[in-house]
Amino acid sequence: MALSLDDVKRIAVLARLSITEAEARQALVELSGVFSLIEQMRAADTTDVEPMSHAQDVVLRLRPDIVSEPDQHELFQSVAPQVEAGLYLVPKVIE
Amino acid sequence: MINATLYELSRALSTHEVSSAELTQLFIDRIHRLNPTLNAFITLDPQRSLEQARVADARIARGDSQALTGIPIAHKDIFCTKGWLTTCGSRMLSNFVAPYDAHVVERFQAAGAVILGKTNMDEFAMGSSNETSYYGPVANPWDRAAVPGGSSGGSACAVAARLAPAATGTDTGGSIRLPASLCGVSGLKPTYGVVSRYGMVAYASSLDQGGPIAKSAADLALLLNAMAGFDARDSTSLERQPEDYGRSLNEPLAGLRLGLPKEYFAAGLGADVARAIETAVAQLRGMGCELVEVSLPNTRLAVPAYYVLAPAEASSNLARYDGARYGFRATDYGDLREMYMHTRAQGFGAEVKRRILIGTYVLSHGYYDAYYLQAQRIRRLIARDFAEAFRRCDLIVGPTSPSVAFELGAKSDDPVQMYLSDIYTIGVNLAGLPGMSIPCGFGDKGRPVGLQLIGNYFEEARMLNVAHQFQNATDWHRRMPAETG
Repeated sequence: MALSLDDVKRIAVLARLSITEAEARQALVELSGVFSLIEQMRAADTTDVEPMSHAQDVVLRLRPDIVSEPDQHELFQSVAPQVEAGLYLVPKVIE
Repeated sequence: MINATLYELSRALSTHEVSSAELTQLFIDRIHRLNPTLNAFITLDPQRSLEQARVADARIARGDSQALTGIPIAHKDIFCTKGWLTTCGSRMLSNFVAPYDAHVVERFQAAGAVILGKTNMDEFAMGSSNETSYYGPVANPWDRAAVPGGSSGGSACAVAARLAPAATGTDTGGSIRLPASLCGVSGLKPTYGVVSRYGMVAYASSLDQGGPIAKSAADLALLLNAMAGFDARDSTSLERQPEDYGRSLNEPLAGLRLGLPKEYFAAGLGADVARAIETAVAQLRGMGCELVEVSLPNTRLAVPAYYVLAPAEASSNLARYDGARYGFRATDYGDLREMYMHTRAQGFGAEVKRRILIGTYVLSHGYYDAYYLQAQRIRRLIARDFAEAFRRCDLIVGPTSPSVAFELGAKSDDPVQMYLSDIYTIGVNLAGLPGMSIPCGFGDKGRPVGLQLIGNYFEEARMLNVAHQFQNATDWHRRMPAETG
């Protein structure tokens, strides 16, 4: 699967990474190298092999639906770039 | 004192031969003297460290201390430490003061340990040489022209250069074991799920594990006892009976079957590394171990599978860095979209962006089955290989790294060359098994060689036993780089 410059630009948009023309060309070279490495595993025969996402056979733990955490929003928002009245400020989205 | 074991330091503290304040000051002074040429630390706060030391001293005086009370410990800058800058080696978090402690940090605090500082690392744990940090590369204390290994390069360097008696690291594809090997110290990655990831900034959630780095297996056992254990705040933390990881240290090795994977001794392994490993293995045989040849046939697929899975998970985990709620925010943007795109373009370094792009691609529509699912199937093949090997041996041994430390900048031009450094360590993360590296000699240019031990699930005590017995019979772990005396 050969990567194209358009692929790189499309992925950059999906990943919300702005990228210049020169950077995209550089990324194309580097990523093509990595994808050649990855191609080796594509060819492996994995018929009848179940995908494995976790080493142990575990189930997600559940807990009672009750409030258990204290309200620390002031502390957590103290590290934010822009906060007002408990809200995170960002550029307007809807005109 | 700088070469003392943790047990010796603990005894010196409880007999008042030294105070925690004096001990902490000793390491702070060494850091001030030696860190400028090593760059192992990103953040220091001597005032705060000494305050903690005084609290520890009071606790020791009251007779209320534990094994690690008063011991200064350096934390990889990926662990949230409340009130301390926590950067993950990235511009993206260069202004982030953590509002809470990671579980691992809480455990050390409860034990009365002192936070010595935050160590340098590859950006967001992505790297094998500690050259991708926003704060500059870390140097190998054995040879400052060489890399220390990564991503926990700062922690391994600090322990090797005696800037800290112990340090924490994280290992996703080898990031504790590789720097331990290249810096001539001991490091352990536990079975996945044994150490809580709460407050440990996520890179690849199904692979990340926190673990200790120190000068010996006995020290690692003490540290692991503090770090391990169930934490409800980490959904992948395992509920198991608490263990004393030092309980088997003194057991004799007679009759233990050590598996040598033939794929780990094939082309690609440096001759100098092979020699040191062979000598170490002969040493273990002399101590009563039985050597068994085993095979891990899918070894060659481990690196490619990892470089699909880890970037995929990273692309998801790093989506949170958008400049909205914490961390770096670009100053040049018009609308919200631009805020995201510029913040991320400017906040992340090249390697991180590379992996985010790879991850985004392999998860995107049309490619998920061919790449991500295929890699997950390969993962199962690799886990099966290990399971099969463990039917014929108790522990697997081999090299940690195909070479000794390479020159700074030597592999910067080709990412794939860098990725291949992880060839012996990566399968262990994919399978979720415990792995360790201990020093076993020197290779070319006098640079350290590490012996890797791989255990079956939850076999940390046994691995520490073999390592401890090896360290009783040899003195590689007691060597210290010349320039750091």
